[in-house]
Parts: sequence; C-alpha cells; structure tokens
Amino acid sequence: MSLVPASRALVVLRGGGEASLGGGERARLAQLLLERGLEVACRRDEGVVAADLGSDAPEALAARLADGAGAGAAPAAWKPWFPVIDYSRCTNCMQCLSFCLFDVYGVSGDRKIQVQNQSNCKTECPACSRVCPEVAIMFPKYRHGPINGEEVHTDDVRREAMKVDISALLGGDIYSMLRDRSVKAKSRFSKERDDDRALKERQNCLVALKASRDLDIPAEVLAALPSPKEIQAKAEAARLRAQTLTEGAAPPRDAEQD
Amino acid sequence: MSAPRILYCHCAFAKVVPAEVKSAVLAGLTGANVEFDAVPDLCEMSARNDPRLRDLAAQQPLHVAACFPRAVKWLFAAAGADLAPDATRVWNMRTESADAVLNGVLARTAGAESAQ
Repeated sequence: MSLVPASRALVVLRGGGEASLGGGERARLAQLLLERGLEVACRRDEGVVAADLGSDAPEALAARLADGAGAGAAPAAWKPWFPVIDYSRCTNCMQCLSFCLFDVYGVSGDRKIQVQNQSNCKTECPACSRVCPEVAIMFPKYRHGPINGEEVHTDDVRREAMKVDISALLGGDIYSMLRDRSVKAKSRFSKERDDDRALKERQNCLVALKASRDLDIPAEVLAALPSPKEIQAKAEAARLRAQTLTEGAAPPRDAEQD
Repeated sequence: MSAPRILYCHCAFAKVVPAEVKSAVLAGLTGANVEFDAVPDLCEMSARNDPRLRDLAAQQPLHVAACFPRAVKWLFAAAGADLAPDATRVWNMRTESADAVLNGVLARTAGAESAQ
C-alpha cells in the first residue's frame, strides 16, 4: 500500500504494494486521519509510492501525514452547529429570520430565506427550528427528530405546530406576564427594585418556562429574546433589504439599525 | 449499471453517530477491496461551502454512508451541490446497523432511501 498526500487535506490510500498495511491497520489509519480532519480516498490501483511507510504504526503514520498536511491533532473546536433548510418544506415565511437573535439568516436576491452566517449560530440552540411552522429547519447534529433530519411525519407537524406557540409565548404572552409581574412587584416593592433585579426576574421566569416545556433552548437565548416590536422591526428590515436587492439598489442601512 | 461510487462520512465533529457503527462500517469498507471516499464531516464541509462537495455529488451513481437522507440532501444543497435524486442512495449510520449499512453501500443495486 502506498500513501499519497494528494493535497493539503486529502490522503490517498492505494491498495497493493509490498509495504501494505494489514486490513485492520488500514482501517485504523483511515479512522485516525479522518479524526484529524483529513479526507481519505481509498483506491485499488497500486500507483506510485509517495511516502515512506517505514515500520510506523497507524498512529505514527497518521500523525506524520497530518503534520505534513498542516492538520492538527483533532478537528477544530467549532462544532458544526447551524441550521440547514429543507426547501421542499420551507414556505419562506421568514419566522426564522425574525426570531433568530444572531443574524444567522438572510434573504437572497430573489427574496428567498437562506442561511448566511452559519458561524453566528448559538451552539445547541435549535430555537429557530422550534418556531418553524413547517418543520423545515434541521440541525443535523441534534439528538432528536425531526430536527436532526429524520423524515417529518404528520404527527411531527402537529406537535411542532403546538410548539410554535412558544413564539407567541415568548413574543407576546410571556412579555405581558412579565410586565404584569413587574408592575405588581413595583407597586409592592418599589423601593427595592432596580434594573438588575428586573432582568434577573425575567431570566428566572424564562428559565422556568424552558424547563417546563423542554424546549432545549439555552437559557441565555431565552433570556435575551427581543421584544415583539424588535422582532417586527427586524422582519421589516429584512423585507426591505430583500426588496432592495431585487431591485438592484443599495441596501437601506438605516432600516437595519433596529 | 456501473458500480456505485461510495462516500463515507465520519461525523468527526460530533458524537451523534454511534462510534462502533462508524468503526465497523469503515473497517468493512477498507477490507472490501473497493474504492471509496471518506470525509471527516459533511456538516463541516457544507458550512465551509467546500467545493469538494460538488465533485462528490457529481459521482453517479453514489452510495452514501452518513446520517438521515433528508439532512444529507440539504447539506449538499446548501453548498450548491445538488445530489441526483435518482442516482443517490443514503444509508443512515445513526439508526441502522453496521451490517445493514455495509450491505447497502457495497451492493451494486440497493434499496436504501433515496436522497429526495
């Protein structure tokens, strides 16, 4: 077997040759290379020996090849956590764009929702998929279906549609409830209240809401949700941006400053 | 019908695919005297818009050992690499046994879920 570092991140394992690794070692080498972030291509032709196999074990070979390719000992710490849109289900309603706190979503020139800033996505937060009424947003690294990419069944749509209510809860009822609580508390404890306490109360309330509904949405995301007014402004800014792009003019920067 | 090209995803950036299934499938492929391409993580490649995905999608027929077919299809699409629905079959290492995945991807004609 020969080893040909074909490019920075690809190792070709060719079959045959006098220096062949055993089947188990070959598999082990491939696994180690993949875990270091290198692509592996297994080919049957013998090709030209481009690497001196020596008597290295798979671990040493993998380390040597990874070093040669500029790869580290393990993939980068970033977890590929970002939404993937199933356009066969998406109705372009823009709820995800309106709801996402981190500007992961954008709109294409033809006014189509798209994922534009994957790396902005909050790891382990599937909130946008929770508010998608069509179950069109996947997080392939998520634990449970259908968010992980499982086929969507009628029951899933019904269940997710119920969870869409969190949009109303978080954008409407919950704020009303918090405001009510805040007003009542203010009248009773006006001398003790300050902004920090109000924020803490809001966070506690949202965390309790999260726990009771098993939404899998990080507490800090819930606690940082924008107000309904801010959500509407954001959606309007996105709509204007899409319209401007379609018409070929410069995007209205002021509209994005919400 | 020509022999299908085989693509294996190691899902290296997360632990959602059982390690024993990944190891067994990879060992089965390397021991089967077949040509195949193995990538560290299709999600990571999709996030980077890796042009290599377009090369891989162009290989037809294509048998993929990865995760849920719906996720695989749209991961490729997100990177501008549309999988041919009639020429692509995906086996799911999150839910299927290693034997089932290997039997599928190594078969010249197979009955796994189509990526559509």
